[in-house]
Amino acid sequence: MKNGVQNDSFFKMKFSEKIIVTLLKFAASITILTTIGIIMVLLFETINFFKEVSFWDFITDKEWTPLFAQKHFGILPLVTGTLLTTFIAIAVALPVGLTIAIYLNMYAPKGFRKIFKPLLEVLAAVPTVVYGFFALTVVTPFLQSIYPDLAGFNALSAGIVMGIMIIPFVSSLSEDALYAVPKTLKEAAFGMGSTRFQTSFKVMVPAASSGIMVSIILAISRAIGETMIVAIAAGQQPRFGFDPTVPIETITAYIVQVSMGDVPHGSLEYRTIFAAGITLFVFTFVLNSVSFWIKKRYQEKYD
Amino acid sequence: MVETMTIKEPMDALVDNLQVEPPKKTLIEARNVDVFYGNFQALKNINITIEENSVTAFIGPSGCGKSTFLRCFNRMNDYIDEFSIKGEVLIDSKKIYWRNVAVEELRKEVGMVFQKPNPFPKSIFDNVAYGLKIQGIKDKTFLEERVVKSLKDVALWDEVKDELKKSALALSGGQQQRLCIARTLAVKPKIILMDEPTSALDPISTAKIEELMFELKKEYTIVIVTHNMQQAGRISDKTAFFYMGDLVEYGETKQIFTNPKKERTQNYITGRFG
Amino acid sequence: MTNAQKNRIIDKSFQVFGIVCTFFGLAILAILLYNIVIQGAARIDWDFLKDLPSRRPQKAGIYTAVMGTIWILVLTTMIAFPIGVGAGIYLEEYAKKTKLASLLEINIANLAGVPSIIYGLLGLEIFVRIFGLGGSVLAGSLTLSLLILPIIIVATREALKAVPSSIKDASMALGASKWQTIWNQTLPASIGGVLTGVILAISRAIGETAPLIVVGALAYVPFAPSSPMDEFTVMPIQIFNWVSRPQHGFAVNASAAIIVLLLITFMMNGIAVYFRNKWQKKIKW
Repeated sequence: MKNGVQNDSFFKMKFSEKIIVTLLKFAASITILTTIGIIMVLLFETINFFKEVSFWDFITDKEWTPLFAQKHFGILPLVTGTLLTTFIAIAVALPVGLTIAIYLNMYAPKGFRKIFKPLLEVLAAVPTVVYGFFALTVVTPFLQSIYPDLAGFNALSAGIVMGIMIIPFVSSLSEDALYAVPKTLKEAAFGMGSTRFQTSFKVMVPAASSGIMVSIILAISRAIGETMIVAIAAGQQPRFGFDPTVPIETITAYIVQVSMGDVPHGSLEYRTIFAAGITLFVFTFVLNSVSFWIKKRYQEKYD
Repeated sequence: MVETMTIKEPMDALVDNLQVEPPKKTLIEARNVDVFYGNFQALKNINITIEENSVTAFIGPSGCGKSTFLRCFNRMNDYIDEFSIKGEVLIDSKKIYWRNVAVEELRKEVGMVFQKPNPFPKSIFDNVAYGLKIQGIKDKTFLEERVVKSLKDVALWDEVKDELKKSALALSGGQQQRLCIARTLAVKPKIILMDEPTSALDPISTAKIEELMFELKKEYTIVIVTHNMQQAGRISDKTAFFYMGDLVEYGETKQIFTNPKKERTQNYITGRFG
Repeated sequence: MTNAQKNRIIDKSFQVFGIVCTFFGLAILAILLYNIVIQGAARIDWDFLKDLPSRRPQKAGIYTAVMGTIWILVLTTMIAFPIGVGAGIYLEEYAKKTKLASLLEINIANLAGVPSIIYGLLGLEIFVRIFGLGGSVLAGSLTLSLLILPIIIVATREALKAVPSSIKDASMALGASKWQTIWNQTLPASIGGVLTGVILAISRAIGETAPLIVVGALAYVPFAPSSPMDEFTVMPIQIFNWVSRPQHGFAVNASAAIIVLLLITFMMNGIAVYFRNKWQKKIKW
């Protein structure tokens, strides 16, 4: 004691500090509980669902009519509806988004990039219900003026607007990936007399390919899970097939449709939204896992 | 006289009687210290004792383990992944790597000054008062006294006395480093560890800090890591030469610089390598 | 035409295409805003903001929806802010490189990619049914809190990561404990980044529709909520409700409500950007 180093607090971590760390740890573990919760909830209701509906019917039946008298529980029409709108969205967002990324990184003046990158990100900040309204009241009438047979609710319009919404996902993340490519690579290509176009597609894009892949996968995952645009503009008619001009229904739109109505808890109809939900979850989970895996591998490569 | 004899320790009494300088007390001791980063052994069986109120310099080429060893004295290595230590480090005869030791308390006794000046993004006053405030000291006059005293001790007071509220980041590099020393002094440690404290500074600022160390050694025990051989020669009482994780030679600075016992030390000091 | 000339033409064409694409996105945004303002701006007046919902479009207002959104905003912030920032601190400062940390990291990355409507299903079963909260503001806020936690956590971690370790070392070396260092140094130095992330997350929550529909927020609520246990609606749901009606008057109402919603959203984004810039300017090492 006489030297002063040794006093009571010398030997213990402060109690209050331990409480704080425990609280922080609890906060972090809520994310784990969330995941467990999602999986448990979806599984629990889905298992109950499959007590009444055969799994085989669920994945092969080409009709989805749980709310009608003549009930069919084939998820395929919702899946094709989802894939169709997603495909259209990516067909818009991928070329446009990637071109923007390359343009901002390789061509645009520095100041331009600094202004337009955040400006484009505003597209992702607009609430999706606004896009739904836009698709229904502006884009669909516009498309009808070109192609009069287009139905009032259709996959095309919803898909295009969804594509516009996810442009910044592709452009910003891809630009980040291009930005991370070592400057020396770019300079080497220029030094050999390549044009910016050649440097972009022969050197930069391949070098940033994993990052660009991640951005595309995340965009796909986002499109699959998008709800309000399709719920408003694509219709509520589950239809097996890939015709973009007619009303369809996506998995997400179906869940909204049921939730807007008055479906009693514990009924088969109630459980259908969980069966639909787990299908959606599996799709996005696989995509997210692939993108995470690519990201991890790519990080290790550059570190 | 008889009365005093009875309450004094026998040794003190002896010292009083003989009228000689008391032998200096050992403050830091390392016993068979091995340090590993994963599988890499950064320090090999180091034994050393450092006395109170002295300046000890650690020299050696980059990567020789001198900084690692310095950071064993206040356990700043704790946050490095895969760091592990064997053997014992004793400060004031206490094993600091004992598992129940609160490192916070240890570090109030063993202060540290870093290579690059690293003032907090706060005012000059708050920088110096920080160590005391986190101990829960709120007494304004006490804090003020301590801040003023610390700033005077590092000869910074005259330069900053009118702008204590100003951000510390506005000071020059040399001033910042003296502020960092003042910040350390304010906590009243016994030991001050300095990890190449002047390597980021100009010669004039360096000279000021070296002068300061002469003053500080009266009250504190200083251990300094330096790349600058002349600096070690100028300021230290004892010098330890490290090479590839070994403590090659340790002794009086004069002896190390004029008459090293080991050839490797000789080569390093004369600039043949490193 | 030589090869070099051809290459140059391709290069130039792509540059033009790049400009076209960049402005395509912005042009769409402009058209969207223009259409909505043209349709809805004239409808916005004091009555529109303070009227209750109604069957007749000219008499309907967004009062209950605005109040519901404010309730959701406040409760969600109160729940998600401490938990998200706390979890971010834990992951960045305490659990680094442990097995638990990498598990949590994978998990959070995955959660960030889970569609919002799935959170709605989670909220419906856990908060509405099991906790018995019903379709209340609280159930909605809890659901949205879980939804935005990953965003807040990631933003908090990024902000904390940007604080130089020399500052933390200096604090630790003075005898500050880990938490004292975080509280006195790391957090104040990173608060701008943290707040930016939190505000962006909250603004995302305000625009969310689907999860709230699933947890049972109603399209028609006659009164504004007066406690966390009350039924509620929010602006996006009100808009969705009006959009689905055939009468033109409701489309005008929807446009007007969208203007209000966008103003709130853009304002929050603006504040977030302001915080980020201010913070980046202030702190330079």
